[in-house]
Amino acid sequence: MSELSTENNQQPLKLSGSETPPSEGLGEAIWAILETVTDPEVPVLTITDLGIVRDVKLNGEEIEIIITPTYTGCPAMDMIAMNIKLALLEKGYRQIKVTSVLSPVWTTDWMSEEGKKKLKEYGIAPPNPRQQVCNNDLFAPAEAVQCPLCNSHHTHRISEFGSTACKSLYQCDDCKEPFDYFKCH
Amino acid sequence: MSSLLIDYTLHLADTTLILSQRNSEWCGHGPILEQDIAITNISLDLLGQSRNFYQYAASLIGGEATEDSLAYLRKEREFKNLLLVEQANGDWGQTILRQYLYSQFQYLLFEKLQQCDDEQLAAIAAKSIKETAYHVRWSSEWVVRLGDGTEESRNRMLKAIDELWRYTGEMFMPASYETIVDVSELKNSWEVKVNAVLSEASLIPPSGGGGAVFMQSGGKEGKHTEYLGYILTELQYIQRAYPGAQW
Repeated sequence: MSELSTENNQQPLKLSGSETPPSEGLGEAIWAILETVTDPEVPVLTITDLGIVRDVKLNGEEIEIIITPTYTGCPAMDMIAMNIKLALLEKGYRQIKVTSVLSPVWTTDWMSEEGKKKLKEYGIAPPNPRQQVCNNDLFAPAEAVQCPLCNSHHTHRISEFGSTACKSLYQCDDCKEPFDYFKCH
Repeated sequence: MSSLLIDYTLHLADTTLILSQRNSEWCGHGPILEQDIAITNISLDLLGQSRNFYQYAASLIGGEATEDSLAYLRKEREFKNLLLVEQANGDWGQTILRQYLYSQFQYLLFEKLQQCDDEQLAAIAAKSIKETAYHVRWSSEWVVRLGDGTEESRNRMLKAIDELWRYTGEMFMPASYETIVDVSELKNSWEVKVNAVLSEASLIPPSGGGGAVFMQSGGKEGKHTEYLGYILTELQYIQRAYPGAQW
């Protein structure tokens, strides 16, 4: 299998005052908790909005969360894995394993519509459907990106690379505001 | 078989780590803010790729090996990176050219690697090639801007070509452990692509004049230029001075 185990936290932990996890509908309960874990870099997005969580497996007592990285060098991934464990520990789950798999490869096409809406409200232009990523032509025209503030399509790319691995930097030609674009990947 | 796979995975890991380390030296020193951010973003992508390769190598080696022990505790002669990526940053032109010559190669390599039978290497390549596509485009655009820019920028690019060209041949000379992708088969496609970009930049590769350039080699087998020792001295300093130190 193409997978790399991250830390494997299988030590039972004593948690005072934590409720007993429900045994019925466990998978759904886990997903509901995962929906509360946010991306530390873009806190309006949850990891389920981003499409990072690929699967939840119940191996006897152990809960295994399968995640996939967005960018190989994204420093948020280690933090996300830790936050998943903390969120589940808080709810009383004890045997948690977070496994990172690379295949199939994450794409911005997996971002939920809800996630894209939240991104735009936050001031970051959501990713266009993937198409031009592999266009390696020199000086290929930058993707047409809508300004998240005034909705104009008259924008231009300032830099392919922005404040984090997942973003590039644009500026609106109408309202003049610079903004981040969550680049398609 | 397994030891060949380990060596090959380490070669991929070392090459991406060392280029990442070199590019990161630009952090805070780029010619303008956006390009400082660009080169360090590329550095971060390469670091992510190298971590994936090191983690995989560590799982193949087993025992006490970890991604950290492989990056921080191996000696210069154990590193198998390409000579090209350890070369000095020089000026912006030389850094750009080094990135372009390597990224163009990496793109062709990962195209093949993502189809190989080793599932983990294929997965890492498929993941990474999307980032590499950005690196190729960004660096080739800069090669054109500088080559076809002012007399000063053009002269610097010519100097960079003269400096780096001798390290490009090694990419296509297969090491004993390089059995998964035949790199010698990538040479023609690489030359076609690189020649097209250099021509767009009004630059000529040295071999274009007819005389072949002597190609340096040895990096894949642990024989490096003088630069690698200095790079590792900085990269490994904390772990060497304070073994086991953690954040």
